Amino acid sequence: MYTFSNRLKIGSFIAMAVGLICLATGFLSAPSTVEEAKAMVASAHDDGHGGGHGEEASHEATADSHAEKDGHGAQASHDEGHDASHDEHLLHQLQNRPWSALYVAAFFFFMISLGVLAFYAIQRAAQAGWSPLLFRVMEGITAYLVPGGIIVFVILLLSVLHMNHMFVWMDADVVAHDKLLQGKAGYLNPTFFLIRAAIFLGGWIFYREYSRKLSLAQDESDDNSNFKLNFRISAAFLVFYLITESMMSWDWIMSVDPHWFSTLFGWYVFASMFVSGITVIAMVAIYLKSKGHLEDVNDSHIHDLAKFMFGISIFWTYLWFSQFMLIWYANIPEEVTYFITRIEDYQLPFFGMLAMNFIFPLLVLMNSDYKRVNWFVIMAGIVVLFGHYMDVFNMIMPATVGDQWYIGVPEIGGILFFGGLFVYWVFNTLTKQPLQPKRNPFIEESRQFHY
Amino acid sequence: MASKVIHALYTDDDVLMHAVKKVRAEHHHIEEVYTPFPVHGLDKALGLEDTRIAITSFMYGCLGLTVAIVMMNYIMIDDWPQDIGGKPSFSYMENMPAFVPIMFELTVFFAAHLMVITFYLRSKMWPFKKAENPDVRTTDDHFLMEIGVHNNEKELTALLWDTGAVEINVTEKES
Repeated sequence: MYTFSNRLKIGSFIAMAVGLICLATGFLSAPSTVEEAKAMVASAHDDGHGGGHGEEASHEATADSHAEKDGHGAQASHDEGHDASHDEHLLHQLQNRPWSALYVAAFFFFMISLGVLAFYAIQRAAQAGWSPLLFRVMEGITAYLVPGGIIVFVILLLSVLHMNHMFVWMDADVVAHDKLLQGKAGYLNPTFFLIRAAIFLGGWIFYREYSRKLSLAQDESDDNSNFKLNFRISAAFLVFYLITESMMSWDWIMSVDPHWFSTLFGWYVFASMFVSGITVIAMVAIYLKSKGHLEDVNDSHIHDLAKFMFGISIFWTYLWFSQFMLIWYANIPEEVTYFITRIEDYQLPFFGMLAMNFIFPLLVLMNSDYKRVNWFVIMAGIVVLFGHYMDVFNMIMPATVGDQWYIGVPEIGGILFFGGLFVYWVFNTLTKQPLQPKRNPFIEESRQFHY
Repeated sequence: MASKVIHALYTDDDVLMHAVKKVRAEHHHIEEVYTPFPVHGLDKALGLEDTRIAITSFMYGCLGLTVAIVMMNYIMIDDWPQDIGGKPSFSYMENMPAFVPIMFELTVFFAAHLMVITFYLRSKMWPFKKAENPDVRTTDDHFLMEIGVHNNEKELTALLWDTGAVEINVTEKES
């Protein structure tokens, strides 16, 4: 049985406390009036703000809708209305920043455990022989689905309650002046949005709990019925997962840019969560091994996980590029705004993410021997995880805060808080059961696994 | 020069694996093993060095990538600038994303084909080459272990019978 080391526990509590303070600072320092927002931006940039800002394609979608809304509500002349709307838009961006930082970090750690859940279900459905030794580790990581999912749901609920402006389509006033959003309202409306989120989370958490129960029952049973049932529900779950994960990515991420859409967005988000999840499995397994647990997990298991890290990183790049190239080549204004925002306002995170998620794993994880060196896998994993945090950052921030982004106190606070919570929850679950399944029919194959 | 070799035939890959380990434990040098299919772990049991073909593959991949970059620059930018979809025609960088699939394909193409050709040449397999296997049954259901004889024929034969060989021949090998 694994016992939660005090150092790690205290570390996770400190991370949570510091993160919470940082997040609170972020929320408290967000401007509450247009004047404050303008003052903040003016002091941040010597050359002031504005200029060509209004012309940037990136803001067309949201700025236009705000312009229409404001011009209508204030009954002002058109020019004044546009200026005022621009200021109000800036205020919303700055107010969104702590919310977005919170949401990006909450979603990132949630998506790690969701990616692990998919990996786990694939291992179950494929009746893989190599991985049963790692099942308890995967189950430990997926335990975070419950708190992580509830937090994400609460953030979405608060967005529906207009606590923030991350999802512009939730604003009835915006929709009233936006023909495209009216057309999507049948799907993209707050009630249905929350119902869908509840169904997704309910389904994922149900499978996780049920499969975990069967997995534990298999250890005590004297036949393989639990194992077989687990195989069947995992296969069924994968169907449910692929549909709901795709819809989740439209709902929770793509809809922050409600005018823009990409048909392979679901896959793209899936690749990101899958590689992050596998990376975390490898890191937790190596950590536990270094503490003298998981004696039977050998370098070949780590090698296989690292192969997945490498392969799925390439897969992620393939999807990223497939999405990018078609939009770049066709150059259709309503599509290409998405990448223009990112290349103009987010150059460093956008291309930095490509380096971290593609070039780095490609070069360092290509060599077969390096994949067996545990500390090497950990180091590569840290870069990959940071790269995929930046990926989520790049998916959310341009729509919610525009060019007012910065990796500062609220962003780091979000990572610390949810990282701490994740570590606490995962390792706490790992202490609950023996780390090695006893009666999985493939356990011997997994113990003997070598390449 | 003709040398005397001993051929021990086996009918099971597990028996063969054990035999290889035993013969090597007795410090006899196994010259070659002929099998009808790849036997997992046999290379390690024989103490063969790790293959370096992956390194050649990486170099071929780099070569393919370079060829693709240079080729596309020549075709699309230098020789006859092409305006496709309104992209600026005299700039490589601004057209680069369109060339990425070609870079990828040529990298894979070079790495794969040249690696296979390297493998064939390194294994001394070229067209019209006479087969080296000493017994055609190794292409069907027999495994053959070849060991050089250095005035220890009796001892070696006894050892090989002991390891479960089904047939043992001592022959002269031309090489």
